[in-house]
Amino acid sequence: MSYQIVVCAGIVPDPLQTLEPVSTPQGPALKNEAMLPAVLDPWAAHALYEANHLAKNMPGSKVYLVSLAPKAKLQQVLMTIAQKVSFELIALDGPSTGFTDSHDVAAALAAAIEAIPGLDKSRLLLFGGWESAARAAGATLSMTGERLGIREQFQGVDSLTVGSDGSFEIRERVEGGKHLVSQCSGAPAVLGWATGNLPEPPNSPQVGMQNMRTVMPALQKAKPAGVAVTQQYASVALPKQQRSTRIVRDVAAAEVARELAQWIRGAH
Amino acid sequence: MDVDIVCAGFGPAAGGFLTTLTRGLPLADGTLPQILCYERADDIGFGVSGVVTKGRGIRASFPDFDPASVPMAAPVRSEKVLYLLDPVGASRRSATLRTADSLLRAAGVPEYEAFELPHIPAFLEKHDGLILSRGQFNHGVGGQVMMSGAAQIWPGMPVAGPLIEGERVVGVQLLDHELQPGMEIRAALTVAADGPVGPVGRQLDEHFGLPEGHEKREWAVGMKMVIDLPESCPLEAGTVLHTFGFPEPEIFGFFYVHPDRVASAGIFVPSWFDNPVRTSYRYLQHYLMHPYLWRYIEGGRLRSWGAKTLNESGRRGEPHLVGDGYARIGEGSGSTNVLTGSGVDEAWTTGVLLGEAVLELLTQSLPFTKENLEAAYVRRRRASWLEEESRTAEKSRDGFHRGVVPGLIGMALAGFSHGRLHIPGAPHEHMPAVADFFSEHLDADKIEAIRVETAAAGKPLHDALMDAWGWPPIPFDGQLLVTQQDALLVGGKVQAAPGYADHVVFKDESLCASCGGQTCIAICSGQALTQGETKPAFDREKCIHCGACMWNCEHGNVEFRAGAGGLHSAEN
Repeated sequence: MSYQIVVCAGIVPDPLQTLEPVSTPQGPALKNEAMLPAVLDPWAAHALYEANHLAKNMPGSKVYLVSLAPKAKLQQVLMTIAQKVSFELIALDGPSTGFTDSHDVAAALAAAIEAIPGLDKSRLLLFGGWESAARAAGATLSMTGERLGIREQFQGVDSLTVGSDGSFEIRERVEGGKHLVSQCSGAPAVLGWATGNLPEPPNSPQVGMQNMRTVMPALQKAKPAGVAVTQQYASVALPKQQRSTRIVRDVAAAEVARELAQWIRGAH
Repeated sequence: MDVDIVCAGFGPAAGGFLTTLTRGLPLADGTLPQILCYERADDIGFGVSGVVTKGRGIRASFPDFDPASVPMAAPVRSEKVLYLLDPVGASRRSATLRTADSLLRAAGVPEYEAFELPHIPAFLEKHDGLILSRGQFNHGVGGQVMMSGAAQIWPGMPVAGPLIEGERVVGVQLLDHELQPGMEIRAALTVAADGPVGPVGRQLDEHFGLPEGHEKREWAVGMKMVIDLPESCPLEAGTVLHTFGFPEPEIFGFFYVHPDRVASAGIFVPSWFDNPVRTSYRYLQHYLMHPYLWRYIEGGRLRSWGAKTLNESGRRGEPHLVGDGYARIGEGSGSTNVLTGSGVDEAWTTGVLLGEAVLELLTQSLPFTKENLEAAYVRRRRASWLEEESRTAEKSRDGFHRGVVPGLIGMALAGFSHGRLHIPGAPHEHMPAVADFFSEHLDADKIEAIRVETAAAGKPLHDALMDAWGWPPIPFDGQLLVTQQDALLVGGKVQAAPGYADHVVFKDESLCASCGGQTCIAICSGQALTQGETKPAFDREKCIHCGACMWNCEHGNVEFRAGAGGLHSAEN
């Protein structure tokens, strides 16, 4: 069994910088944001390391890194991340402020993934961060998966074990330091990773050289993603760190959606 | 791994080299050599330099250079040289300077305790020059090089040293990581561009020696802060202030105003400052609080901070510029002009000259032998404005070894005579002991009591000695005047990548145990060195790789190896 593992990863300001929220005529931003160095979203970076690990253990597998970001900033980030793990880059040029509409970003990402030559959805694993350091709502990955027609979705993933029959056992984080263990028949699936269990790989000159064969051409031909910050933000606040997991069986999707909608109305 | 050209370090020199080289590639016959550049810092914009420059080399490379296109860049609009008097009474001033101060005060001249020189010598002025953020400039340059597709620049990849076989340099050895040994990168040409304390340049110096009569004995710590200026500050972008006289007469300072109410302010603490208590950070704070500057920055906010070692030997510290398989560029190649205090544009220009030379050799299919590099690179360098000006500057600072006033006179003589005249002087061989240095103010028992008290409290000895000398305490405001530990966290936390060994090593612990000076601790820019049991304790997470510990140990007991990480500020 081999996979096409597509990792969706945005870039964010280096968290080692002094980050100060400010309001600008274009909307909420960080002070001196244009000058701040960027890094790969740490949540998505874990997903990338897990993807690399899985691909190494599944001969014939391939990792794609899909990123929507300003081209120049993305290039700066890739100078580091491209030394860590092997991947083929698919670059989309656009804002990475986190204030873009997740719906638009998901549409752009899904279109880019659909355009991957030789894409085989029966082998497709869509990886990303469970959450994001990009001030986004954290919904982009799920929406991208839906657009690609992937119904098996997991969030807060800490481990993925592939069975001999190609089935997956997936451990998702729930409250109290526990995990929800799920099984599915295999690809295609969406996995939003928590931290995983792998350390950050050291920089490798060989990996960097290998990646550069595709990174620079991908950056050079990166097309505008057609995503813009069009919303007006009346106010911005940090989300409350609330999570409530309820495990139910045999409930129709429409019922789950109705309950979620009701919860959202009640919460806001 | 085999490549054609490998470059160690990405700063202005490597920027000039790779910009020039990649513009000429591929060659007319379609040849595209494989070129790699490895940088120790985690990003190519994490260098430190307070840059005000005439920018001749940079403008020659970018004739249409528009400062507005680079964040924090501005054309120089006004320039002053200021003599700062001592408003606190703790500065160690010679009788000559005390007399000068008294006369100035009697004449009522010094407004805000400063005297503005009526004229700036032509050799000092940066008229029509540029104020830059080296970090932002490097980012732009590196991005362009990478986008050309003709060279790769890899940050976060420290080079351990050169690979030398016989008398030929055949590449570089990357630094070992606990998860993988450092790889050998073998190349037809190795370019040493890793600055004054970089491992490649220093190991080349060690192996090949320096040309007869040359020596690297003059150093300085340059430490700076980037400051958000208060609304009340009337200074315009492009304002440049050069200062001398305070906090100590030997410490020169600078203040540059960037666009958008941002300033860079800093000091240079030179090796000829014969004070074993040479804590740059505290001196920098006293400098900022001088009335002349404080009126502009009071109410401002620290935005980032950084420091580096400068090689102030200039042309006298020039190593063998080329050899079989290697070439030297940048500050480590002795390019800094010690008279004008200018280094970035000079470093850039050395890179440009090597870039042109390499293109010439590649075009002619000539190997990178010492002879060919001499003919192509060294010849260009000798014929450039760089060489002419560095010869003027070569002996200009010798007078400082006799004192500040002879030093200033020597600079003026050298500058006005184009190097024909200077005041001679030789570096002191030994730093005075703490007890000797402070004997006028403190008796030996008092010093010992301070030593015991600070050791017990885990506090820095140098701070306590400055207090005892009469320097007022710093009124921390949590905004602009913050502790040194806090400064490490502002504008990009200092960070060390995991998996690498400590890069500051004390060779003989018994020497440290018997050392009374502890100058390495006092000078340490990031407070990464603190008092330990037998030797100083080293915290890799706080080291910014300035290398000052190395040249401040008069026993030569500090081994400053290749390491990873450092500053994370891209604004310096």
